[in-house]
Amino acid sequence: MTSKQSQAAIAVVGLRRSFGDKVVLDGLDLTVPRGTVYSLLGANGAGKTTVVKILSTLLGADAGTARVAGHDVARDPDAVRAAIGVTGQFSAVDNLLTGEENLLLMADLHHLAKGDRRGRTAELLARFDLTEAARKPASTYSGGMRRRLDLAMTLVGDPRVIFLDEPTTGLDPRSRRNLWQIIRDLVAGGVTIFLTTQYLEEADELADRIGVLDQGRLVAEGTPEELKRRIPGGHVRLRFADQRGLDTARRALGRASHDSDALTLRVPSDGSLRALKTLIDRLDAQAVAVDELSVHTPDLDDVFLSLTGTDEKVTSR
Amino acid sequence: MTTLAPPRTQPLRDSATMLRRNLRRMLRYPSMTVMLVGMPIVFLLLFVYVFGGTLGAGLGGPAGGRAEYANYLAPAIILMTVTTTVQGTAISVAMDLTEGVIARFRTMHIARVSVLTGHVLGSVLQALFSVAVVVGVALLVGFRPAAGLGGWLAATGFLAVLAFALVWLTVALGQVSKSVETASNLPMPLMFLPFLSSGFVPTDSMPAGLRWVADHQPFTPVIETLRGLLMAKPLGDHGWIALGWCAVIALGGYLWSKKLFNRESAR
Repeated sequence: MTSKQSQAAIAVVGLRRSFGDKVVLDGLDLTVPRGTVYSLLGANGAGKTTVVKILSTLLGADAGTARVAGHDVARDPDAVRAAIGVTGQFSAVDNLLTGEENLLLMADLHHLAKGDRRGRTAELLARFDLTEAARKPASTYSGGMRRRLDLAMTLVGDPRVIFLDEPTTGLDPRSRRNLWQIIRDLVAGGVTIFLTTQYLEEADELADRIGVLDQGRLVAEGTPEELKRRIPGGHVRLRFADQRGLDTARRALGRASHDSDALTLRVPSDGSLRALKTLIDRLDAQAVAVDELSVHTPDLDDVFLSLTGTDEKVTSR
Repeated sequence: MTTLAPPRTQPLRDSATMLRRNLRRMLRYPSMTVMLVGMPIVFLLLFVYVFGGTLGAGLGGPAGGRAEYANYLAPAIILMTVTTTVQGTAISVAMDLTEGVIARFRTMHIARVSVLTGHVLGSVLQALFSVAVVVGVALLVGFRPAAGLGGWLAATGFLAVLAFALVWLTVALGQVSKSVETASNLPMPLMFLPFLSSGFVPTDSMPAGLRWVADHQPFTPVIETLRGLLMAKPLGDHGWIALGWCAVIALGGYLWSKKLFNRESAR
């Protein structure tokens, strides 16, 4: 084991897993340093949940090793379980119990002292804005409240590594932002977060590093900035009324790719006002009529779509 | 990062926690308990008042008729109370598994078996509670047990053992079910088998083939044991055979349940 791995909160090497003849994970490697947020990004069915299940000891791997909080998930699952907290895609709360009872249940299972369990529960209820609903059954909670209760239950045991499997799927924008803030606060407290999401915005907001999972492999990994740099910079998209306009503009601008079917040109540009003015001046000088001009700045969507082989869906915005 | 071994699990403490959880869930979902107690009571009333006059005459005892049949029937109804309760366990285990909270328990450093023992202990208590209610109703409709205090204690202990054994089986059935509906149907043979025993009529009144089945299936010695204890009659071999069946069912159900619980969760 290298020293880098022993320092890591999560270290995965060559992880493979198939269900029947369907290969879900095909040799996954990743390392998450302590106290950071790692976001695993992928479409539905890319294998994100399988990764979380293996790392949280719910599933075994066919090959490869995974260490969480310094313990091997296959050989020492109990030690892993003692260090982690998991909030899954489907809320894991007891619907027949009240929010308070759910938290007390967790406190009892973590063997908190009699005096501490009430205090810890009250503190978490307050922190997650559930004090008012504390005595109501969880089945009456809204989606956002339920997700908050779920996360609060995960935190009762003070986990050092937290897995969040699509924590904001199905939440309204406001609840989503609330949850993001909670996650940021956790990281500030030194917790390591492993987050799966299909929302690029979420990964961009929260993650220190992002891994893009496609067909069981990491097709890219890096900071959000690094990933954005991986695709060609922004461009300006010009649409012309006819082929003549397109040809004239191509001669005038030179460095541009075109698509004659749609009568459009993609001109590399940083999207700044000065660059735009220069571009427009050059088109004006040739008296080219432009039907439509749009500025395209790169974001994680472009990275994701281009990496997972569906870049034709990239649209301007 | 610390590499110290985690503290040992505490099966008793965790089981007590899970038992509290399951008792609380029963209180929150009382319609289930009401249904589980109601079924055997309906059968009791049906058999005593609709069929009891005729069936009792067939028993050929000195008292004859309905009163005699109430005494003959009561142990079978008490057994049925236990089987309906454990059917409820299969349903609540299956419900638990669909709710995702079990997945959370699996990722926690707790004594894993406590998730199951919580259900088992809760259901044994629930079965004893239901039996008490059903015995109360049976006394009202003419059940006149001859047992003294010792007989009652022995009967209670025997019912606890029986419920414990059957509930391990239905905990497994609840886990093996893909849906709550399946979980409610799979334990059906448990509801049905008492009818093919000495519970409702003596087996010597049955045709030869059926009688052989009735004499050799587990519920006949169970009922005869219960009947012997409550009516203060000698048990013969029935007591040991019944306890033997309970041991086999409990062990088989436990091992099966444990294996199912430790399999990978694909859902």
